[in-house]
Amino acid sequence: MSTETTPGPGITRDAAAQSDIAANRRARRVLFGFAAITVITTLAIFFVLIDNAASYFFGAKLTEMLTGASVERTVTFTEFFTGTRWAPDHATPAHGALPVIFGTLAITVGAAFVSIPIGTATAIYLSEYASPGVRSKLKPTLEVLAGIPTIVYGYFAIAFINPIVLAPIADALFGINLGRYSMLSGMLVVGIMTIPMVSSISEDAMSAVPDDLRNGAYALGATKYDVSTRIVLPASISGVFASYILAVSRAIGETMAVTLAAGFNANITANPFDEIMTMTAYMVSMARGTTAVGTVEYQSLFAVGLLLFVMTLTMNLLNDALKRRFQEEYR
Amino acid sequence: MSTDSEDRLSPETGGGVFTDVDLSREHLKNRAFRWLLFAASMFGVVVLALLLLDVATDFYAGLTEFDISLVDFFTRDGSRREELAGFRGAIVASVMLMIVTAILSFFVGVGSAIYLEEYAPDTRTTRLIEANLANLAGVPSIVYGLLALAALVNGIGMGPILLAGAVALALLVMPIIIVSTQEALRSVPDGVRNGSYATGATKWQTIRQVVLPAALPGIMTGTILALARAIGETAPLIMVGALFTNRMPFGPLDRFSAMPTQIYNWAAEPSPHFIHLAATGIVVLLAFMFVMNGVAIYLRHKYETEI
Repeated sequence: MSTETTPGPGITRDAAAQSDIAANRRARRVLFGFAAITVITTLAIFFVLIDNAASYFFGAKLTEMLTGASVERTVTFTEFFTGTRWAPDHATPAHGALPVIFGTLAITVGAAFVSIPIGTATAIYLSEYASPGVRSKLKPTLEVLAGIPTIVYGYFAIAFINPIVLAPIADALFGINLGRYSMLSGMLVVGIMTIPMVSSISEDAMSAVPDDLRNGAYALGATKYDVSTRIVLPASISGVFASYILAVSRAIGETMAVTLAAGFNANITANPFDEIMTMTAYMVSMARGTTAVGTVEYQSLFAVGLLLFVMTLTMNLLNDALKRRFQEEYR
Repeated sequence: MSTDSEDRLSPETGGGVFTDVDLSREHLKNRAFRWLLFAASMFGVVVLALLLLDVATDFYAGLTEFDISLVDFFTRDGSRREELAGFRGAIVASVMLMIVTAILSFFVGVGSAIYLEEYAPDTRTTRLIEANLANLAGVPSIVYGLLALAALVNGIGMGPILLAGAVALALLVMPIIIVSTQEALRSVPDGVRNGSYATGATKWQTIRQVVLPAALPGIMTGTILALARAIGETAPLIMVGALFTNRMPFGPLDRFSAMPTQIYNWAAEPSPHFIHLAATGIVVLLAFMFVMNGVAIYLRHKYETEI
């Protein structure tokens, strides 16, 4: 919709009109520059992460390598992706990232087991069952849940979920003396955080299903249960999946809640009451210390950051693709 | 559809059309499902209540059992000694962060939205910017901290100053401001624009004098909500180095520790006194957020009906 002010025949532009048009062009150019900043931000993120991660793996930054600095392998990809000990800041450093990748994936999967069933059920309830009165109270409440800062969820985990909810259970059922941190409290708290994301996006997708489909089913004698599970859910499935992917993406990048809930001990374990460390928690622990610029520990921050960025980017692209499919169907 | 339709209609089995379906069982299933869904929906409400209750009781216990004086809390800066620690520096830092972040992100964000909504032709470049915007919104906040750390704090040698944190937060909230501004611009009817064009106004004059004033309440609402989110962001500030600073920042070039990083510092300490300080800090942080959200909702309601 470009409305260019071209004068018709017989109309002359006076000086004022010409300067108006020049101002319009200028504004357009400046505004484009602003919009370009968002693209520049993405490029800057890519560049900064790759440039610094390069010195972690090759001993020289990307920019230095291009100007002819010598390349020496410091940390091999094999060690990074298959090593099972992660301790870049120890006296005898080890650079196997599997424990922190495990931590991140464990929290993500655990959180998904909380947020996906509860979020989907909430979405179905809001979209199909709830009366307008209940809906108008439940929705804003969930929005409050979504708006609470992650540091508060971290606090909730360390001050409530772990010591008051989980510790007695661990003690009574398994005889485990629960420490300050546990993988399970991280899973729970990240799961709780991502419920509103699943429920609100899934509900949008379910509300977009045309009423004709529902009425058709009711005309055949279907109950609300049948309509919800056999009509609405399948019809909105790509939107619902998009919400799952978004929640998973958020869980991967979650930082403060997992740092305070799950701890700083990088290990691969099947015991949910153990302390673990996620990729983001490692980044926070590095930033907490006094890490000198240019050291391997400092560079490891960017290698882990790059991995995190690539993981969430993949999820976001997948989410975009699914969302586009779901928009095409009903608009 | 079915071959044994006579069977279904036979009087022995009840005579109804749906005799192969036990209706009472279906209804029972429906009711059970409804309660299951309701219980799941209440989970979020219960957790929210527990969270607020937990913070409130810890806050109250801090005041009564640990003798945290609210006067000291608001007039002292951070300290490594628990009985001397206050929140003043963190509050000042957070307010300053909000102001600088707002200045950095508002004009660029609103400008981008105007370009995308009003000027942008439907070309590949435009679609790239739009797609990139969606992806930026999904970048973990800690990555913005890494960007500021590498490019500003160490890259150009800024050091861990408030401005570096504000840049990270501004980039983080930019997609939110752009999307909400786009929505506000879209809600201005085209008739308003065409009326302006009919008087001979250029596009820019129309936008500046007609469209923007109409969309401003929506833009302000979106911006305040974005800033309310930024005020609680912790991870990017930690990456920038906003930890362990125990004094008040006097300008954007000072070192700082904002409310959420100060809360993190306290919560990560094993001593119970620090945990209660964290709870007190959370009460202040949440109060800030609720007030900002309240202002945004008030603005939305006040101007909702005017166009």
